[in-house]
Amino acid sequence: MELFVFAVCALIVLGGAIGVISFPNPVHAALSLVATLFGVAVLFVAQEAHFLAAVQVIVYAGAIVILFLFVIMLLGVDRSETIGVEPIAGQRPLAVLAAGGVLAGVLVALLLGTDSVTGATATDALRVIDPTDADYRQIGRLLFTDYILAFELTAILLTIAVVGAVMLSRRDTGEIVDVDSYVREAPTAPKLRRSTASDEAAPGDDAAAEEVDA
Amino acid sequence: MEITESYYLVLSALLFTIGAVGLLVRRNPLVMFMCVELMLNAVNLTFVTFARELNDVSGMVTVFFVLVVAAAEVVVGLGIIVAIMRRRPGSTADDLSVLAG
Repeated sequence: MELFVFAVCALIVLGGAIGVISFPNPVHAALSLVATLFGVAVLFVAQEAHFLAAVQVIVYAGAIVILFLFVIMLLGVDRSETIGVEPIAGQRPLAVLAAGGVLAGVLVALLLGTDSVTGATATDALRVIDPTDADYRQIGRLLFTDYILAFELTAILLTIAVVGAVMLSRRDTGEIVDVDSYVREAPTAPKLRRSTASDEAAPGDDAAAEEVDA
Repeated sequence: MEITESYYLVLSALLFTIGAVGLLVRRNPLVMFMCVELMLNAVNLTFVTFARELNDVSGMVTVFFVLVVAAAEVVVGLGIIVAIMRRRPGSTADDLSVLAG
């Protein structure tokens, strides 16, 4: 039964992840991110982390993805990205090569290593998972004793993030900057001409940007 | 056939790799952010797997902190993206090349 759950969830997780990186439209990418997040939440349930599964759905699918969709709609960038052109020659093969190298390293360490972690289980009575007790109770007990300093620091972090978001989203009175025209036409800035090669490589992007400016 | 922790670890390695490829390949800053979320989720899955394997609640507590940091990161990151897009609609990550003075 666990194998069936794992197989279905793994398919949803990986399919959603591939959807995120391959859909040209950001709205579709955000929706397949929801599929991945739900798959991960079900895998949390399969590993008896029920509280974290609930938090995963509430915080990620309920708040973060909604925030993404809200920003997409606010900015009106829900038109498709030109995925066909490669902005830098050889970027995609190099990216796949680098990520494949990371994956190969991890898999070798994981599957061929005799014991990739020390394998030592918890000994502290506070940390050993008690299967008869609820997991949120155990997490809370540890959070408010051993991790109390980190917990207070995350409170400060969230406060700073809220203040920063308010500061960043204030509307300032500056002009809208058209970087493309600045790069091509400003004769006083010859060093900026360096980026004209990449402009030629992505003609669709320029056209889309001018369309928005007009 | 028994599901061991290796299955979960391999799955999260694959998820992390897909997120890394997306971060390197895509140019829309919003989609790049989503790929960062994929990588964070892969690490969360690893933490929960090790928490169960090593019978230790600390792994789950760490996932809790990762969730908080991810939420704060998204709030600030999206604020920066909104601020940039207002001044320069339709910009992509390639426009960073303009910063080369």
